[in-house]
Amino acid sequence: MHSVIVENIIKTYGKKKEVAALSAISFEIPKGELFGLIGPDGAGKTTLFRILTTLLLADSGNARVDGFDVVKEYKSIRKRVGYMPGKFSLYPDLTVEENLNFFATIFNTSISENYDLIKDIYIQIEPFKKRRAGKLSGGMKQKLALSCALIHRPSVLFLDEPTTGVDAVSRKEFWEMLKGLKQQGITILVSTPYMDEAGLCDKVALLQNGKILSIHTPQGIVDDFSDPLWAVKSTGMLHLLNDLLALEAVKDAYPFGEFHHVVLKNESGKKELEQFVQSRAKDHAVMQAVKPDIEDCFISLMKN
Amino acid sequence: MTGDKVITADKLTKRYGDFVAVDHISFEVHKGEIFGFLGANGAGKTTAMRMLCGLSLPTSGKATVAGFDVYRENEKIKQNIGYMSQKFSLYEDLTVKENMRFYGGIYGMSDAFIKNKTASILDQLHLQKEGNKLVKALPLGWKQKLAFSVAIFHEPGIVFLDEPTGGVDPVTRREFWNMIYQASESGITIFVTTHYMDEAEYCNRVSIMVDGKIEALDSPAQLKKIYEAGSMEDVFLQLARKAVRAAD
Amino acid sequence: MKQFLSFVKKEFYHIGRDKRTLFILLGMPVVQILIFGFALTNEVKNSKIAVLDNSKDEASNALISQLDASRYFDLEKNLVSFNQVEEEFKRGKIKLAVIFPEHFSEDLLHLNKAQVQLIADASDPNVANTLINYASAIIMDYQSRITGNRKLPYTINTEMRMLYNPQLKGAFNFVPGVMAMVLLLVCTMMTAITIVKEKEMGTMEIMLVSPMRPQLVVLAKAVPYLLLSIVNIITILLLSVFVLELPINGSLTLLMSESILFTVVSLSLGLLISTGAASQQTAMFISLVALFLPTIMLSGFMFPVENMPLPLRIISNIVPAKWYYSIVKSVMIKGLGLQAIWKETLILGGMMVFFLTLAIKKFKIRLA
Repeated sequence: MHSVIVENIIKTYGKKKEVAALSAISFEIPKGELFGLIGPDGAGKTTLFRILTTLLLADSGNARVDGFDVVKEYKSIRKRVGYMPGKFSLYPDLTVEENLNFFATIFNTSISENYDLIKDIYIQIEPFKKRRAGKLSGGMKQKLALSCALIHRPSVLFLDEPTTGVDAVSRKEFWEMLKGLKQQGITILVSTPYMDEAGLCDKVALLQNGKILSIHTPQGIVDDFSDPLWAVKSTGMLHLLNDLLALEAVKDAYPFGEFHHVVLKNESGKKELEQFVQSRAKDHAVMQAVKPDIEDCFISLMKN
Repeated sequence: MTGDKVITADKLTKRYGDFVAVDHISFEVHKGEIFGFLGANGAGKTTAMRMLCGLSLPTSGKATVAGFDVYRENEKIKQNIGYMSQKFSLYEDLTVKENMRFYGGIYGMSDAFIKNKTASILDQLHLQKEGNKLVKALPLGWKQKLAFSVAIFHEPGIVFLDEPTGGVDPVTRREFWNMIYQASESGITIFVTTHYMDEAEYCNRVSIMVDGKIEALDSPAQLKKIYEAGSMEDVFLQLARKAVRAAD
Repeated sequence: MKQFLSFVKKEFYHIGRDKRTLFILLGMPVVQILIFGFALTNEVKNSKIAVLDNSKDEASNALISQLDASRYFDLEKNLVSFNQVEEEFKRGKIKLAVIFPEHFSEDLLHLNKAQVQLIADASDPNVANTLINYASAIIMDYQSRITGNRKLPYTINTEMRMLYNPQLKGAFNFVPGVMAMVLLLVCTMMTAITIVKEKEMGTMEIMLVSPMRPQLVVLAKAVPYLLLSIVNIITILLLSVFVLELPINGSLTLLMSESILFTVVSLSLGLLISTGAASQQTAMFISLVALFLPTIMLSGFMFPVENMPLPLRIISNIVPAKWYYSIVKSVMIKGLGLQAIWKETLILGGMMVFFLTLAIKKFKIRLA
């Protein structure tokens, strides 16, 4: 059975419907899957989340969550999903404990009833339970928000950009927690602008300008990248990039960490690149073959 | 790297009561350098940056920015720096040109200068047709690039960028860094914070703050060597995990 | 119900932790009552007066001591000639001069036609006017006492207000107005702002995606402000009775019930505003422009509605505060019962039903 089914969802904004937020999106998420919606700001991630959490009506198309229609049966959905919106959405003037208690009551449950589910997460912020939520650090706020979203043991969890603006350490911890929840059988739909987080999902959809560029397992997306990829570096990286882009064999080149990634049009282009690198020996130019990651795929899909 | 020192900090400290937000940090940034200023949430980055921008008085220590003292000459500092953050960039309800006019005006640029500069920026960004459009009608990536151009509109010696690329798509992010490189080549010093660890690699030197102190400061290559790490992300995680204090 | 109570509790946490706002909400009625009621009348208290008594008989002596005994006047000087009057005014010592002609008692008792001249320093016309009014009120009071129940052969032109306000206490008119204003401010503006705040913070999204009925969310937010308003009503009444020495002439129960009715009308308006406003500033702005200003201008407590041009008089009918103001005046000052204000009560009731229905209908179960 599928936890989430999206069929041809179209959503536009503006008086004349001139801004297309989502253009005919379709996908399915099987029960218990950790599904990542990867894309930059403005790709349509939040709009899609709001449609699935029954907060927005699509212009056309159908969507079902946990078997219920998002329009006709919105009340049933509201009873069984957990939602963490993009903005920090707890009450900053209430304490950690008060926030959690409040959300438990709103969802007709109590902390003790589902404590086993949130235990691993809540235990990390429990020492600060008398502290006001507004005084927590970014990482702790996320943990509290996640606890609040889980308090009623939802069958599907929607997390809209939970790691945006959070530092690398907290992000890592957050993903560890999601893995734990997945083991409890909860279907999780998570969105993120950070490409490096894609690898942590079971399946990802790359979203850009309201369109799905690709939808696959992280490995599947990477496997689809068929062009030869090389990493090149030397001193004077800016000039190096311009020179690489001028080469006949080069399809694309862009900075990537300490290297520039160079996409060749075909395998035979390797020779030209090697000659180029040798000619820049005085600039300490080096090249090495690299495996593409999600970001390489996203860039290539965006430019096509 | 040699050259003029445009930012110097010597045991710069900021306390809030018992809490030492920034704890005796010392560093120098050279002209034209791209200086990455990293740290976990709450490590004290923002506080340090505010002191350098002349927005907040240090509790103790010394610092100069563009040769001016952060205690006494903060007005002069403000004339000589540009600032851009993810949150506050441009006025959405003004057009592109109106925004540039406004910022040029704030820094006391002449009408002729503003006119020429506006034309050259729009040219450079291929936004000639969008000059009279409201900023809110532009895609996010363009806005960020535009915001950067506006931050260096008055040709400051130093520009402070606070997480300038948050949420931007990978292609635009690279175009943005391309602009940073160009600015750096033209002699502008870049002081940048980011959560993207691959962007740390683009910097000439990187400092990593943990619990208010600078725990590491070197070129990315050197840092990776010292910490025996494969990437800047590993370096960062190794250091940031040592943090004991909870961020506020 | 448990959800609802939990929500109300949470609202009280919000209010209790924002000490500054709470202080303003509870302190505002005190400050307003004091400024409007007390400070304004204080100006004419213990005003110095001079008397030129050319008659020096029983009646003039009695009147002078009455004037002196009143809290509004202090007898500064007894004058001996008319020339001194202007002199005293020029020295700025006195605000009012009272001049009795010769044979004052005789004229009063036998001719029924005595004259008193009141001369006031009109450099501040409002004060002068008030002083003249107070002095004539005291004189008339004296007159009616010595003439007893006998019908007087002459009539005196007096203002309508004096009928119910023999001592012309200025505060009388302000208290109902301040009550209307404070209730509107607390209920309408604060309710609108607090709901919009949830929208801004993103917590409204979570509330909507919860099983809690959206209408309950909105009602739960209104409850604390209803209670806060009742506290404010009590504060205002206590202040007016004990500080301004203004008795409640009618039924206290009726006054409270009518106030609660008006509070609910204000709350409904706040809810209605919150459904339309996207930011706290917008909510505040709408509350101020659409409600606060009309309340001050058109409810009759600053400017008499009867003297306004017809279009304004018609518009004033849709201002809820106008009806409440009239109710409070009737119950508190005139001491009238429900039979005198059933029309106003019915209108307020109708407004409540209308606004509340509209607000709940307009409240969106989704974001857009």
